[in-house]
Amino acid sequence: MTMRVPVGYIPLVDAAPLIIARELGFDEEEGLQLDLYRAPSWSALRDYLALGHVEAAHLLAPLPIATALGLGGSAQPLEVLSVLSLNGNVIGLSPAVAGQLRRSGHRFGFDDATAAGQALLGLDQPLRVGIPFPFSMHAELLFYWLDAIGLPQDRRPSIHTVPPPLMAEAMAKGEIDAFCVGEPWGTMSVENGVGELLLPGQAIWQSAPEKVLATRHGWADRHPDIAGRLIRSLWRAGRWLGQAQNMTTCAEILSRPEHLGVSPDLIDRALSGRLVISARGEERQVPRFVDFFEGAATFPWQSQAAWIGVQLARRHGGDPVKAAERAKSVFRSDLHRQYLAHVTRGLPGASSKLEGALSHPSALGSENGRLILPPDSFFDGRIFDLEQIA
Amino acid sequence: MPKNLSIIIVEKDRDRADQIVEGLTASGAHDITVIPDESGLARRIAALDPDIVLIDMANPSRDALEELALASGPMERPVAMFVDQSDGALTKAAIEAGVSAYVVNGLQQERLIPILDAAITRFHMVSRMRTELEATRRALEERKSIDRAKGILMKARGISEDEAYALLRRAAMDQGRKLPEVAEALVSTAGLLS
Repeated sequence: MTMRVPVGYIPLVDAAPLIIARELGFDEEEGLQLDLYRAPSWSALRDYLALGHVEAAHLLAPLPIATALGLGGSAQPLEVLSVLSLNGNVIGLSPAVAGQLRRSGHRFGFDDATAAGQALLGLDQPLRVGIPFPFSMHAELLFYWLDAIGLPQDRRPSIHTVPPPLMAEAMAKGEIDAFCVGEPWGTMSVENGVGELLLPGQAIWQSAPEKVLATRHGWADRHPDIAGRLIRSLWRAGRWLGQAQNMTTCAEILSRPEHLGVSPDLIDRALSGRLVISARGEERQVPRFVDFFEGAATFPWQSQAAWIGVQLARRHGGDPVKAAERAKSVFRSDLHRQYLAHVTRGLPGASSKLEGALSHPSALGSENGRLILPPDSFFDGRIFDLEQIA
Repeated sequence: MPKNLSIIIVEKDRDRADQIVEGLTASGAHDITVIPDESGLARRIAALDPDIVLIDMANPSRDALEELALASGPMERPVAMFVDQSDGALTKAAIEAGVSAYVVNGLQQERLIPILDAAITRFHMVSRMRTELEATRRALEERKSIDRAKGILMKARGISEDEAYALLRRAAMDQGRKLPEVAEALVSTAGLLS
């Protein structure tokens, strides 16, 4: 018998694991049928989940952690069963601001956050930056970057919340001069001639957990069978998405009107890591622009959660040590490992690691085999160590 | 007598906004402001410092209101989504009607409930009206395609209107598709030939 599970998502390239699991039947392989609901906004999706209209949701990694720290408009505790994707955001500027940077000598190499940051320091007015949600990896990466390059307080950008599909429109109307957004919505700005891309998110952090599969706290423990099937079907979809030859098919499926409703060649840029950064057609290659599978990408590291918790606590007020502890308990590394034990050996035995310590792919002892972790450096070389949170 | 509650309704569509204002006014005396335009929403709401903000759940600009719920956000009085409040049945009804409300912390439940009740009723009403309008519009469009498809067939094959209709109907049945779909396909491809 097939069990039906209602699952919500926002129309983004990184909703691919859910959409692919349904459309290619990875859910049926596990005896599930995912009923997909496309939500109009992150807050609506979080509320659908909190109130039980859906059982699981594609959420911004920092959102369930913010909820656990008492930030934001909902108090229903959530937990994370899987990471759905690493990286995949872009930072972009209006053509006017991009022009100023070019005139000051910035070469738009799309790979150097220090150089791009230095170029921004030369601007004479603070920017208005659009991000999709106050609790998002977009916000975390942006603030981390601006702090690290030493942008003075009086030149801090003002942050505006703009839903991803409306980002290009907000640029066109001149409501913002810059954005940090998930694909294909940055590319859409380039396509409409209202934006140029400055950096991919991973130029700031090479392995940032971007979207997660979240459920209500306690749901997975009450429904271990369904939770296991859900984790496995998304892992299988992730494995399919990890193969380069499947990207054209993936772009076609995501482009359907009921999912993203955007032309497949715009979606393909993110999936293939070949981004067009300006209306003049300049192209940049970005390895691992968005990652669904390699190097145990689906594994919810508690140290990732702790990093997010500490960043949120520092910005919004709160004890970083307590925030890290609370954040860790949101990422259910234990369940992820347990429910995938029979299908893969490539999962880590530990639940936490140093974040930012790997500048090259590195081998790690896993449960029963060998796991190659991808590089995870921060652009400023800092290392986040759970044992040393001040 | 407690002071009037100040309520903001975020709604682009003038008729919908009027409907909701009317419903709320009937539930008591309030100061109601409608914000039809969504740019800079969070800051404009903060400037008005309302007790309650009502917004369509399907409105993507709702995410901007999340800034209001931040301690360091633009509104000094902290706000919470009403889903935090204890009344589960009311919350469910609101979500089903597609209304989301941001409420200043500490607002008494007995003052909030009649307003939410009124908002829920009106949201249901306007969404029903919207659905009906949409259905009527679609029916009209479908009839237009069928008429045009009939015209094309009559001209191309020299047959009567009834015969053209029968032909379309049979094609739809053979292909297992809806009649308007077949008509639409015929109209759009016929455009290529002429």
